[in-house]
Amino acid sequence: MAEPLLVVDGVSRRFGGLLAVNAASLSAPAARITALIGPNGAGKTTLFAVISGFLKPSAGLVRFAGEDITGEPPYRLARGGIARTFQIVQPFAGLTVRDNILVGAHLRHRAREAALAVVEEVGREVGLGDVLDRPAHTLTVSGRKRLELARALATEPKLLLLDEVLAGLNPSEIRDIVPVVRAFCARGIAVLMIEHVMQAVMSLAEHVFVLAEGRIIATGSPQEVAADAAVIEAYLGHGAATKVRNAHG
Amino acid sequence: MKTFLPIALGVAVLAAVPIFVHSNVVLNFLVVTLMIALAGQGWNILGGYGGQYSFGHAAFFGTGAYTTAILQANYGVNAWLGFAAGIAAGAAMGGIIGGLAFRAGLRSSYFALVTLAFAEVLRILASVAPITGAGVGILVKLDLRAQSFQFQSRASFYFVILALVAASLIIARLIERSRFGVWLVAVRENEDAAMALGVNATAVKLGAMIVSAAITAAAGCFYVQYFLFIDAGIGYGTWMSIEALLTPIIGGVGTVFGALVGALVVKSLGEGAKLITGDVPGLDLMIYGAVLVLVIRFAPRGIVGALADIYARFGRRFAASRKTAVEAVRG
Repeated sequence: MAEPLLVVDGVSRRFGGLLAVNAASLSAPAARITALIGPNGAGKTTLFAVISGFLKPSAGLVRFAGEDITGEPPYRLARGGIARTFQIVQPFAGLTVRDNILVGAHLRHRAREAALAVVEEVGREVGLGDVLDRPAHTLTVSGRKRLELARALATEPKLLLLDEVLAGLNPSEIRDIVPVVRAFCARGIAVLMIEHVMQAVMSLAEHVFVLAEGRIIATGSPQEVAADAAVIEAYLGHGAATKVRNAHG
Repeated sequence: MKTFLPIALGVAVLAAVPIFVHSNVVLNFLVVTLMIALAGQGWNILGGYGGQYSFGHAAFFGTGAYTTAILQANYGVNAWLGFAAGIAAGAAMGGIIGGLAFRAGLRSSYFALVTLAFAEVLRILASVAPITGAGVGILVKLDLRAQSFQFQSRASFYFVILALVAASLIIARLIERSRFGVWLVAVRENEDAAMALGVNATAVKLGAMIVSAAITAAAGCFYVQYFLFIDAGIGYGTWMSIEALLTPIIGGVGTVFGALVGALVVKSLGEGAKLITGDVPGLDLMIYGAVLVLVIRFAPRGIVGALADIYARFGRRFAASRKTAVEAVRG
């Protein structure tokens, strides 16, 4: 069997005395949605930063499409087909929505007209078609999340790393964005998402990795992971798994 | 063609000035103003579009000026060739300073301080090195012929500097519309987000620095042709670094016309203040300073930015009132 599109192999990242990520391994296959969950401070965002090239790992390897990409700078990874969104949205606030997405679109299209055509298409796909001429700083939270998605998508990635795109959205906004994410994977893009909104993880992800205190403590389908004793303890504290089992008893 | 229409109009208006104005004082004022606009436009490419605020653009002005002056005075090189060499030397200096500063990851105030330091080091070197004429400076031989880039009439110089400014406006517009320009602005707005979208921020900033330095160096080369003299205080003096950043900031950073508008306003203001205050020494500078503070307070995006805001607001209101009128008619 061919190797999955993204393979993270034993990655560690140390900040001084703190081991933020400890020998974590995971993989994300093409055209599938994979989720990375875990309690606050588990090291999810750090692991994302390593995969997307913003941090160099202290140890371990990252392979993408069969090649070792460990420690490559972010712009080169983006050219190779890895796009990411930021947990704290990073719009180019002074620019219009159109110009924001244009930055991403120019990666594969040098000519302005071709890039602008991609912007129109992507804008429509994520539901920003009507606000392309508005300044990015006037967007609502949900609009900014969509803008993050649109910019990343405009780079025409093979792998999309989504860092909490649903956080801070209300249930109806989540309901609107979920199909957008699902459409990416239908187009063959591998999606690896960090997510706290469990309802979305359960309905979107096919495979889940659970990170706690820098280690992968469980992996499997959403249902398997949700029933896993180690996962329940990581979220709710020591001894919680037995209590939950007894309560359901 | 619509892309360049405003530039064509602006340049045409300025080109018509010598038809109506024959005063050498006014023409001299305009030549110097346009030279500052050219230097400022250089700064604007890096600072305005790229968000990298240099405090040492004198490094490029002086390098351009000294290169052409040395080549002409010491080696008898043709002035036009010297001019081209000066621009190339300025670009190279931009590549060196930019390469060192951006590779080291210097941002915002650190970048500003390092550029200032480079300009100061160059000023001190130029004031002691024999090749730059040390404290005496360099005089270029008077030779009023077009092939030595010297002209009898002020108007001819005026058209030359106007052509250079026009070229710098076109370069800015071309950059705005190019992939490079889109990436440059993205780096200004948010470097990390730009890198995540595939932008090699260091390379983009370095490219902008080289173009920026070349344009400001052209202003330095022009200075030498016009005044036939250069010394360390003029070439690498802090005054030029400040003029180069002040004009686009007052006029409108990151806009095609920012530096030109800024230079016209700032220079007119300076002269106007001198006329009003007459003989009282220093009072004109106080008026000048006060007006600058007011402009920055009330138009933080510069004059062009403020005009764009007013136009946008007016335009919206106009559209809205037309809509209500249409509805009333239909109603």
